[in-house]
Amino acid sequence: MKKLDRKQIAARLARDIPEGAYVNLGIGLPTLVADYLPKGREVILHSENGILGVGPKPAPGEEDEDLINAGKEPVTLLTGGCYFHHADSFGMIRGRHLDFAVLGAFQVSVAGDLANWHTGGADDIPAVGGAMDLAVGAKKVLVMMEHLTKKGESKIVERCSYPLTGARCVNRIYTDLAVIDVKADGLHVIETVEGLSFEELQRLTGVPLKRLASAA
Amino acid sequence: MIDKLFPSPEAALADMPNGATVMIGGFGNAGMPAALIDALIAHGARDLTIVNNNAGNGDTGLAALLKAKRVKKILCSFPRQADSWHFDSLYRSGELELELVPQGTLAERIRAAGAGVGAFYTPTAFGTKLAEGKETRRIGDRDYVLEFPIHADYALIKADRADRWGNLTYRKSARNFAPIMAMAAKCTVVQVRETVALGELDAEQVHTPGIFVKRMVRVAAPMKKVA
Repeated sequence: MKKLDRKQIAARLARDIPEGAYVNLGIGLPTLVADYLPKGREVILHSENGILGVGPKPAPGEEDEDLINAGKEPVTLLTGGCYFHHADSFGMIRGRHLDFAVLGAFQVSVAGDLANWHTGGADDIPAVGGAMDLAVGAKKVLVMMEHLTKKGESKIVERCSYPLTGARCVNRIYTDLAVIDVKADGLHVIETVEGLSFEELQRLTGVPLKRLASAA
Repeated sequence: MIDKLFPSPEAALADMPNGATVMIGGFGNAGMPAALIDALIAHGARDLTIVNNNAGNGDTGLAALLKAKRVKKILCSFPRQADSWHFDSLYRSGELELELVPQGTLAERIRAAGAGVGAFYTPTAFGTKLAEGKETRRIGDRDYVLEFPIHADYALIKADRADRWGNLTYRKSARNFAPIMAMAAKCTVVQVRETVALGELDAEQVHTPGIFVKRMVRVAAPMKKVA
């Protein structure tokens, strides 16, 4: 089987973002998606700290401390982009104006519950940022993650053991092994990576999966 | 003649009492009013409640205020940073109380305070730990959590340009929390890069109307590169 690396997961997800979409890319892994949006396809990236039309990283020496993304990395503004304050920015999110939010995850449940902000450990410092707003606010929530933990346990679970970010909010999961839709009647496998059978994916995932006719 | 300009950051914060609730603008370093935070540290007010998106990073600004042990409680959405060591140690030792608020709820609670809204229902955090113990309500086909405004005694914010009436413009993503914090505090103090004569700001392009601003100090900060 040919597992996807992080960049390949980002590239696979980027293919599904259509022209004209307003998209928020969560900090960490999801930010990679920006690098794989096809050239010529106009997709408008939103950043929680008040930017629409986030552009690529500035050239060395061109950084501006007043122009950063939600991960606090220097960015640029595309021609046509604009700035606004935080209440408007989260009005865009909570008011269901964003077409997609792409988020990382510790776990996703069969029902589409998302856990991505806190391990719940006593010594772990909790930090939620905009994740809970994105989880309930975006029209579609796409999760991007490795299918298995380092210990080989499935991150797609019957019930999240980590504290929830949002309940029943995930629409689609992109992993290094498969693309899976979360629907009212369960998890539908859209595709698997080359050399991975549905049965093997089912064995690795643990929770019941449904097979689409087009899946390998 | 109205002139909201103060001679120094220290003068603008001279009446800060112990136990005040202070909003501090900025998202990371963008929009952080560093000169006002330094003046707050020098002032010595303690038992402060701080409202900011983060909980300081590195050894300067808000992190230095925490390190000086002037803060009893912080309301923020994202305290954990690679370099938030001062927050981390105070939080772990129990010397600093944390109220963790989802970022959009933080913004809306601040906005609600400034706009005179008594409380509001938001779908954010429903069914999570951060909504535990809060009143909820089903409206239509969605579940909501009741959230209350955050009022402040002071807001310390940074702007790019201002006139003597306190009309403000911001620069790029340094705007972030400043316009809503300016509305939510009894006394909003602005660190501004440049002051201009009345009429020089385009009235169509004023970001914060002067009614929300009480005091200003001019701090001509050179453009700094992001580390």
